[in-house]
Amino acid sequence: MSELTDLTIAGALSGLDKGEFTSRELTQAYIAEVENGRALNAFTTETPDKALEMADAADAARRSGDAGPLNGIPLAIKDLFCTKGVLTTASSHILDGFKPPYESSVTANLWRDGAVMLGKVSLDEFAMGSSNETSFYGPVQNPWRTTDGKARVPGGSSGGSAAAVAARLAMGATGTDTGGSIRQPASFCGLAGIKPTYGRCSRWGIIAFASSLDQAGPITRNVEDAAIMLRSMAGYDPKDSTSINTPVPDYRKALTGDIRGLKIGIPQEYRMDGTPPDVLALWDRGIQWMKDAGAQIVDISLPHTKYALATYYIVAPAEASSNLARYDGVRYGLREQGGNLIEMYENTRGAGFGEEVQRRILIGTYVLSAGYYDAYYLKAQKVRTLIAQDFEQAFGRVDAILTPTAPCSAFSPGEKSDDPISMYLNDVFTVPASLAGIPGMSVPAGICGAGLPLGLQILGRPFEEETVLKVGHVIEQAAAFGARPRIWWKEAA
Amino acid sequence: MSVDTKTVARIAHLARLKVPEDRLDPLAGELNQLLAWVEQLGEVNTDNVPPLTSVVHARLPRRDDVVTDGDRQADVLANAPDAQNGFFAVPKVIE
Repeated sequence: MSELTDLTIAGALSGLDKGEFTSRELTQAYIAEVENGRALNAFTTETPDKALEMADAADAARRSGDAGPLNGIPLAIKDLFCTKGVLTTASSHILDGFKPPYESSVTANLWRDGAVMLGKVSLDEFAMGSSNETSFYGPVQNPWRTTDGKARVPGGSSGGSAAAVAARLAMGATGTDTGGSIRQPASFCGLAGIKPTYGRCSRWGIIAFASSLDQAGPITRNVEDAAIMLRSMAGYDPKDSTSINTPVPDYRKALTGDIRGLKIGIPQEYRMDGTPPDVLALWDRGIQWMKDAGAQIVDISLPHTKYALATYYIVAPAEASSNLARYDGVRYGLREQGGNLIEMYENTRGAGFGEEVQRRILIGTYVLSAGYYDAYYLKAQKVRTLIAQDFEQAFGRVDAILTPTAPCSAFSPGEKSDDPISMYLNDVFTVPASLAGIPGMSVPAGICGAGLPLGLQILGRPFEEETVLKVGHVIEQAAAFGARPRIWWKEAA
Repeated sequence: MSVDTKTVARIAHLARLKVPEDRLDPLAGELNQLLAWVEQLGEVNTDNVPPLTSVVHARLPRRDDVVTDGDRQADVLANAPDAQNGFFAVPKVIE
């Protein structure tokens, strides 16, 4: 039944509706692929029994005419979403053994609509990273390798999500994006990934990294599947005070293929020195596809772009240092003993957090500490205002913005591990939209010289995910990205 | 602004992180590199620019001041490394 795992979510829903196969059969096919794909190290926890139980419930619902919009579709869940009774780790040692007594709102929405959980997938520890190498459970492999067979990272932080979907271990996966953690791995693994507007998906029950930036979104094999999954994930939630009470449209209806007359902005500041020619050539091709489809290309300026990363690396660690204060060895997870309470805290946190997380907690604590707050944190918040204003002004003239997703294709394991700043530079094109809270999507658009996927990014006005998806869909059609990774992980199994 | 090992030890204590003595020096180096990098924000004129505290342009929602959840002692304690008699247990604080 390997062909079942080649179906898209849209294709599988149609097959399930016609009775060509059951969710149990579809889910069994995926469970087999998850087992065959362990060499990728994408999953932190596999839940095959739960998956079959949920599949049977979905089949029963379909028989009685109660099929939800994702009924019977097997998904992988980033291990940052709390799942009731199922180990939730954030890929950190400090959450050892943590089984939440509650379900995150986004995953609850997916189960409400009939989706099936295959398991939890890995991430950079607490979503802090761009390569999925900081996970306590070891690095995740990108299913894609270079033409000459060299290993690559899947990107991050939603690296397990992207690897699982690209290798056909899941039909789709949830991701979260704080500075590019959905879009960059989607680009590295040849997938579609959308970070919706801040406030579109509830953050309740998602382990917090930087609360003013974190947003959930789907990673899927194509734009239509992203539209289907986002519709189920999104929605108002009174348990998240930043959740916005506005109706969720049927995003699939936006995929008309018609972008005639739409104004697409091309920001000059994203043409940065040192960007590889492959990336720039793909961007130019994307611009041509927009013109061919009848859109109007408008040169725009986002003058504060170059300050976005530095702003982000003050704001995000500051919020993280505060959010991660809760891991103290008292209420859940790891505890390392100490002679007194303070020592117990310090020993627990010293042993439980990895190097990158500790680095960010320290920098965050420093920029929030007395005497430095104004110079660093307040300054960064002011620059953040200017970055958001850049977008507001641009969206007065254009309907969407087209850029590359990342400044490179997937890099080698270890290549950037010793130099935090070179790792941070990976998010140079994704971080500005995160700071402004606007929706952004990566769509697979081409293959670089080394044989690895490259994505293009579409940004839109707040709550105009439909425009983003519509433009993304047109790029997907024009690019006709049909390439797939060579299957090496089964030989390794 | 430059961070020395004494400052690293101080902020590590503020953050309740045990940092081994031999890590203080390399960490000071890393933090200084990062701080030097973010210094570039000094170039930006932010006079009269308000800080952005939320990208959501909406009033925070209000709700009736009523109990909506609770009475879940067992759930709350279920993941505790050490729970005794319905409480979280920690090393002795008061002699």
